[in-house]
Amino acid sequence: MPSITFVHPDGRAQRVEASNGESAMQAATRQDVSGILAECGGNAMCATCHVYVDENWLARLPAIGDDEDALLDGAAAERQANSRLSCQIKLGAELDGLVLRLPERQT
Amino acid sequence: MPFCKNIMQETHMSATSRTDSVTPEHGAPAGVPHLDVDPFSTEFFEEPHPIHEALREAGPVVWLDKWGVYGVARYAEVHAVLNDPMTFCSSRGVGLSDFAKEKAWRPQSIILEADPPAHTRTRAVLNQVLSATAMKPLRSHFTALAEAKTDELLARGSFDAIADLAEAYPLSVFPDALGLKQEGRENLLPYASLVFNAFGPPNQLRQEAIERSAPHQAYVAAQCQRENLAPGGFGACIHARADAGDITHEEAPLLVRSLLSAGLDTTVYGIGAAVYCLARFPDQLAKLRSDPTLARNAFEEAIRFESPVQTFFRTTTREVELSGHRIGEGEKVLMFLGAANRDPRRWENPDRYDITRRTSGHVGFGSGIHMCVGQLVARLEGEVMLAAIARKVGRIEISGPVKRRYNNTLRGLESLPITISPA
Ligand code: HEM
Ligand code: FES
Repeated sequence: MPSITFVHPDGRAQRVEASNGESAMQAATRQDVSGILAECGGNAMCATCHVYVDENWLARLPAIGDDEDALLDGAAAERQANSRLSCQIKLGAELDGLVLRLPERQT
Repeated sequence: MPFCKNIMQETHMSATSRTDSVTPEHGAPAGVPHLDVDPFSTEFFEEPHPIHEALREAGPVVWLDKWGVYGVARYAEVHAVLNDPMTFCSSRGVGLSDFAKEKAWRPQSIILEADPPAHTRTRAVLNQVLSATAMKPLRSHFTALAEAKTDELLARGSFDAIADLAEAYPLSVFPDALGLKQEGRENLLPYASLVFNAFGPPNQLRQEAIERSAPHQAYVAAQCQRENLAPGGFGACIHARADAGDITHEEAPLLVRSLLSAGLDTTVYGIGAAVYCLARFPDQLAKLRSDPTLARNAFEEAIRFESPVQTFFRTTTREVELSGHRIGEGEKVLMFLGAANRDPRRWENPDRYDITRRTSGHVGFGSGIHMCVGQLVARLEGEVMLAAIARKVGRIEISGPVKRRYNNTLRGLESLPITISPA
């Protein structure tokens, strides 16, 4: 069971236990992480599950998809080089300890 | 009123369920609580909530004697069924009719009534055509028309919130966004009403809708063709994806048809639900007025609270155990989205319309791979309409008899006379 950490814009860290195969978005909404809205339920349509991936982890994530790339351009908070959609990050043992920072806003 | 009052046979409803092991009328499986309620009857349409409660409390899985199908009404089971599309499939129809046994009333949908991997390909196309990126350029126009509509209605004072607002607003934005011609648009709402009635059982609502369907079907079939769709609209975008090779040129019109079927009436019912909520709960209107940025969530909460799309079916592809009950292969399972959205096991004060509620996870737009692909269009319309009301309207009062509209799948009103005054 991977456990991941969401860091809120105010610096507060929230640790979340995830199940294997679950997305980071699913783990967050299941445990009420407030900064993840996830309007489209993980269908890669809404960009309201935007996160900034901690630099140390960035290279370990699978490459960004075309849909994800296009959506991130329109995310409510500024897109950065480490921006990803948390619904597209599937969690497994290799991502145990992953750190994701939450943007100021999702809409 | 398109439908007369006593449209269906007398149905006897009992709020109690039985779990006797004797096999009753339609073969309830042993051990599964069975209920003698008809979720497609006028009695149910008028007052579904006590029956939803009876269905939820009877057990995690129930059997509906009237139609010989399984039902799930608790949030956990509805969510589980929606998120296991390989076991609970859509390709055998998401209505009562099993396409493995019965010919579909129209050529099967290649997205709604499809399973992976076929669904994955068509879904990817609509996902892009209707994504957040595609909504951006529409927002200012949708907002301007919502504000103009609100001004016009404020000038009138008293009107019918269904015909003059919930129908009029989506009709003023959606057909243009799709790229439809002006002529023939009067077919759109009857066609959608037909589609959603057709998911139901062979009752009078469904039979009559299908009997009268020919002209609407002909209209829709023609509008799905490329030459009838204006450049830049959703329809033209879908056809362009056929040029790119993502779908075939035969599939493109069928995907356009999905938007004609599901893109208009649903938002009519959604906006109708939201206005009905604000009219009934003035404290929530006051809250919205004091913070119009709540508009998007106020719409979302109305979708949870009223669940304009009440039900969909799945069909089992294999024997499966669901919450302790064994369900055989080829069984229809009816998911009560509206009941799940008010399940006290999942929601605090489920029967309260609360525009500040954390609504995420509600199943009013479904869940999983079939979760509404038009949800961002719906939310855009709902949000800008409610935001315009929040900024301009001071009071909403129900000023005449509220009449319900009867449809096998959609829940909403036929008439909602209201009087509004400026802020
Ligand atoms: C408030 C308005 C709406 C509600 C409540 C609603 C509800 C739903 C629900 C519950 C589903 C899931 C069906 C299933 O799981 O079998 C769905 C799917 C779908 N909706 Fe909506 N819908 C709305 C608006 C729209 C709009 C505006 C469009 C088009 C622009 C649309 C197009 C579709 C399509 C094509 C599907 C099938 C998606 C798939 O199978 O992958 N809907 N909708
Ligand atoms: S939840 Fe909508 S894009 Fe991730």
